[in-house]
Amino acid sequence: MRSATTESRSIRALLIAIALLWLALIILLPLLAVFTQALDKGLGTFWAAIVEPDALAAIRLTLLTAIIVVPVNCVFGMCAAWAIAKHDFRGRDLLTTLIDLPFSVSPVVAGLMFVLLFGANGWFGPWLIAHGVRIMFAVPAIVIATAFVTFPYVARELIPLMSAQGKAEEEAALTLGAGFFQTFWHVTLPNIRWGLLYGVLLTNARAMGEFGAVSVVSGHIRGLTNTMPLHVEVLYNEYNFVGAFAVASLLALLALVTLAAKSLLEWRHRDSIAATGH
Amino acid sequence: MTITIDNLVKTFGTASALNGVSLDIADGSFVALLGPSGSGKTTLLRIIAGLETADSGHVLFGGEDVTDRPVQRRNIGFVFQHYALFRHMTVAQNIAFGLTVMKRRDRPTKAAIAARVEELLALVQLPGLGGRFPSQLSGGQRQRVALARALAREPAILLLDEPFGALDTKVRRELRGALREIHDRVGLTSIFVTHDREEAFALADTVAILSAGKIEQFAAPREIEQAPASDFVRDFVI
Repeated sequence: MRSATTESRSIRALLIAIALLWLALIILLPLLAVFTQALDKGLGTFWAAIVEPDALAAIRLTLLTAIIVVPVNCVFGMCAAWAIAKHDFRGRDLLTTLIDLPFSVSPVVAGLMFVLLFGANGWFGPWLIAHGVRIMFAVPAIVIATAFVTFPYVARELIPLMSAQGKAEEEAALTLGAGFFQTFWHVTLPNIRWGLLYGVLLTNARAMGEFGAVSVVSGHIRGLTNTMPLHVEVLYNEYNFVGAFAVASLLALLALVTLAAKSLLEWRHRDSIAATGH
Repeated sequence: MTITIDNLVKTFGTASALNGVSLDIADGSFVALLGPSGSGKTTLLRIIAGLETADSGHVLFGGEDVTDRPVQRRNIGFVFQHYALFRHMTVAQNIAFGLTVMKRRDRPTKAAIAARVEELLALVQLPGLGGRFPSQLSGGQRQRVALARALAREPAILLLDEPFGALDTKVRRELRGALREIHDRVGLTSIFVTHDREEAFALADTVAILSAGKIEQFAAPREIEQAPASDFVRDFVI
C-alpha cells in the first residue's frame, strides 16, 4: 500500500541511501580516519602526544577560552534575542543584521579587525602598550576573537523560538504580579531552555574549534598562545602526524561528547520538550 | 470597584486606536466592550490593565488615579485571548503563580496556597485536574484554568480579552453561564472584549459599542436595542 502523499517505496529508499552514503563519505569516513591515524602507533604514543607540555598548554588554553566565551555569549545572546523577539523598537532590523555579521565575515577578516584595533599600530594599540596592557598575541585577543566569531549562535537559536512563543505568557505573569526578573526566571527562561542549550553547545563547539580568527591574533607562541586547532596545525606542518592526529582526535572527541550530552538530555526530558513546543 | 476612564487617546505610529474615550463603570457591573476589529476595544482593555500606556487621558479605580501605576500593582485579573497559560507548568502551578511570586512576607504558606488552588479548581469546576499540563486540556478547560489563575490573588477587577473567541458554540454557552455565576459570586467588576453582538447582549449588564476608537453608545442592552444612538449602532446591532 502507498499513501497518497508519500513517494513510492523505491524512491524513498533511494533518497535515504543517498543521504546515508553522503553522510558516510563526508562525515563518518574522515572522522574515522582521524581516530585511526591518531592510534596508528599504538595507545602509548597517542597518550605521549597528548600529555606533552605544549599539547597540555594548548588544551588548557582552549578550555579556558571556552569557559570565558560561552557564558558571556550566552548572556549577550539571550539579551539580544529577547530585545529583538519580544520588543519593537527603532533599529531592530539593523541589530538583527549586525548579529549575523560574524557569520558572513570570514574569520580571517575578523582576526585582522582586531589587529587593526589592538595591534602595535592599531587604534588603541599604542595607548594599551603604554599602559602595560597586553591584548594582541596573548590570551585576551584569543578570547575576544573567539567571542566575536561565536556571538550569533545563541541569539540565532533563540530569536525564532522567542518570536514564535510571543509575549502573551510574559504579559500574563505581569498581570499576576510578577516582577521583571521573576517573569524572566519563571516564564521566559523555562520556555527557551532547550533552544538555549542547543545554542550553548554550538557556541562551545565553535569556540573550541575556531581556527582562522584565533590564528591571526594569537601569534603562535608554543605553550603560551596556541589553542588546540593551532597546535594541530603546528604539529602537522612539522610532519608529526601521530601528534597532530592525537590532538585532533581529542578535539573531535570533545565535540562528540557535547553532542552526546545534548542527545541524552533531550531524551531524558522529551516530555517537557514536547510540552514547550520545541 | 468603580472604573473611570477619562478621555483616553492612543495612537500606534500614525494609526489612531483611541480618540478620546470616556466611560464610567459602576462597582460590580459586568461590561462588554463590543465593536468590529480595529475599533480599539482590545487597546482600551489593555490600557485599563496597564499592559499599554495611553498617550493622554486617565484611568481611575475607585476614584484613585492608576494611570501611572504598573500592571503588577493594579490588582486586576486578566484572561488572555488564547489563555497564555504557562506551558511548562502544571494546572496547579499555573493557578498558584500569582501567589508564589508574592514577596516572602505577604506570601501565604505552601499549605494555604495548595488549599486556595483546590478552592479555585472547584470554583471553575475542574476538581482533580491540578496535575495536568495545559497541553493535556481541551480549549474549554484551558479557559477555565486561565480564569482560575486570574482570580487567585482576589482581584477587584476582572478583564477578559475575547474570552470565548476560540471555542465552539456549545462550550461557549456553558462557559458564559459559569463566568456570569463566578462574577456574581465573587463580587467582581468585570469588563470583557468581544466582537459578537449576541454574546455581549446575553452576558453583560452594560454594553459599550466602539467604532474607530470612539464610544458610539454605552447603555444597557435593552436600551441600545430600543434607542440606538447612531446609524452605526443601528447597523451593527440590529
